[in-house]
Amino acid sequence: MKYLSEFRNSEISKGLIEEINRITEHNWTIMEICGGQTHSIMRYGLDQLLPVKIELIHGPGCPVCVTSLELVDKALDIASRSDVIFTSYGDMLRVPGSSGDLFSVKASGGDIRVVYSPLDALQIAQNNPDKQVVFFAIGFETTAPANAMSVVQADALGLDNYSILVSHVRVPPAMHAILSSPYNRVNGFLAAGHVCAVMGYWEYPPIAERYKVPIVVTGFEPLDILRSVIMVVRQLENNTYEVENGYSRIVSFDGNISAQKMINQVYLNCDRKWRGIGLIPNSGWCLRPEYQQYDAELRFGVQYIDPEESPLCISGTILQGLKKPIDCPAFGVECTPSTPLGATMVSSEGACAAYFQYSYNNQTTV
Amino acid sequence: MEGANCPIPNKHNEQIILGHGSGGKLTQDLIRDFFFPSFENQILAGFNDSGIIEWGNLSEEYQNCIHRIAISTDNHVVWPLFFRGGDIGRLSICGTVNDLAMVGAIPLYLTAGFILEEGLSIHTLENIIASMKDAALEAGIEIIAGDTKVVEKGKADCIYINTSGFGVIRDNIDISGANAKPGDKVLVSGTIGDHGIAVLEARGELGFVSDIHSDISPLNELVSNILNVSKNVHSMRDPTRGGLATALNEIAKQSNVCIEIDEIYIPVNPAVNSACEMLGFDPLYIANEGKMIIIVAPQDTDVVIDCLHSHKYGKDAAIIGEVTAEPAGKLLMRTSIGSRRVVTTLSGELLPRIC
Repeated sequence: MKYLSEFRNSEISKGLIEEINRITEHNWTIMEICGGQTHSIMRYGLDQLLPVKIELIHGPGCPVCVTSLELVDKALDIASRSDVIFTSYGDMLRVPGSSGDLFSVKASGGDIRVVYSPLDALQIAQNNPDKQVVFFAIGFETTAPANAMSVVQADALGLDNYSILVSHVRVPPAMHAILSSPYNRVNGFLAAGHVCAVMGYWEYPPIAERYKVPIVVTGFEPLDILRSVIMVVRQLENNTYEVENGYSRIVSFDGNISAQKMINQVYLNCDRKWRGIGLIPNSGWCLRPEYQQYDAELRFGVQYIDPEESPLCISGTILQGLKKPIDCPAFGVECTPSTPLGATMVSSEGACAAYFQYSYNNQTTV
Repeated sequence: MEGANCPIPNKHNEQIILGHGSGGKLTQDLIRDFFFPSFENQILAGFNDSGIIEWGNLSEEYQNCIHRIAISTDNHVVWPLFFRGGDIGRLSICGTVNDLAMVGAIPLYLTAGFILEEGLSIHTLENIIASMKDAALEAGIEIIAGDTKVVEKGKADCIYINTSGFGVIRDNIDISGANAKPGDKVLVSGTIGDHGIAVLEARGELGFVSDIHSDISPLNELVSNILNVSKNVHSMRDPTRGGLATALNEIAKQSNVCIEIDEIYIPVNPAVNSACEMLGFDPLYIANEGKMIIIVAPQDTDVVIDCLHSHKYGKDAAIIGEVTAEPAGKLLMRTSIGSRRVVTTLSGELLPRIC
């Protein structure tokens, strides 16, 4: 099966959209909580094709966007040290900290390298024994197993020049936070497909039950998203609130057990600050005590950095789905992809960047 | 024996040393032994501080092009130096030749300036020069002036090359990014994204191997063929850094028109598509070095596309869209599933998506 073409088939898409139109009787608000899905929705203009009764809102699913300002500032501090090689996924390089970003640290002489995997960072550490190599370990559950594995391998190799700056966030606590908010408008969820590929979806039935919201595990191609919208809307129209798997070619209920074992070996749950949202209890992963020598915050003594957020940026309300990017007075004016105020504009998966990139005159049209 | 003074320096046949950039004997040896034999022509053989073009020595047709000349310059810092389908040498020639061709100029002469890093292998330099010679021959241009400097080890990435070029423009040619008109058709000469992905793969960062080749090619002959069959080509551009999307946005803004393209008609090599999907890149923004955009009046679309298909550098050409009036300054794309969205200019560095 050639997923690049077959899951983007326009004829099948039309059929799915017709079905959505046929079954939708009431107004519904559906949230996706994955930056990759936000990107896909905007890139293919899926929100343009849905009936006006269905509103798609973009939750805090972009790991770059939700990395707290304090962690970005800690990264800038560490990266500017002359004995450090700072490694990161590419998208983090443009995220603004309190003053500057990793690109500007690089321009000032910092050794900052884009990697595609933490195992590349491990290799750099092995090749540069006289330098401290730090990997910016951001991401949801999707990236956690590989990041954990890099720590285990560093330990096995006895590497004392490798550490990770941990910024892992977990999806279920974020869903709890959104659904328990007095301003919550979400009727149903599209659950993140790759997160569920790792974790399975056994964590979601209690959420569906407690808040009476249907949750459908969703992939990333246009047909995946449209099909999951059908599944959510069918449940909403029938007043059911179950967890369904709309990405069964990749995701199983239990998920990837080996990956979860790796995560549990290295991490434990901890509180985590989400940029623009604030502290969500138990929503992050931190290194277990037995691996704390690989914690870059401790190694470089940056744990006390605690900056304040910009007053202009409303990315927090956008990440919670309470406002859209076009509701922000700075959107497209002071805040653009070239001059981002907050992370939702910096990352290509951020709601503001996706909106700016793909919307016609900043409004969707057909 | 040269006399009772300091001994003459060793020839240094293996590596570039600082002395090769001193302007003295080592520099002259480098030029005479490596550059001149490959770039051999009468103007260069004058060995003066400047290359002198005798206007009367040009063909009569070119002599008559006295109202407009085109001049372009380009710096080449690509890394690695060699990759599947090309190298920095070929790129340095084709990049400037194509910039001239895109305004309808006939490229005639180039200059070449080199910044060499101390320690650069002479063998590597020879290979680069040989590649430049081949590209110059294919493009039908001569390199008539040059310069060489050497910097200390660590101050350059082996070699940087600047080429500047000069071409003549016939009086009846009026091609500009500002000339696109509503109703014009938008064509692309072949598959997009090949060069950028080939270079990324050559860096060894991608974690996979493929058969993707860079598309570095001189397009001046293809342009000449197109302009012979159509007097109604309005704009041309080669979508280098920033890719197809950025180049089309530039034209839309310059001409104050809207350009609408159809995603399903944009030719992309399946291997490039797969690489982009894996890495989170969009082929629309990946660099090309042997492709061109042609914006032509609708009545000449068929003859131009036939002309493209009959040339080795245009065999995968396609009609991908058209020019409309509104919204002015925007590039829109009809997606593969039938929706319509704005395609913006590349903003900053092209970064892969992480998740």
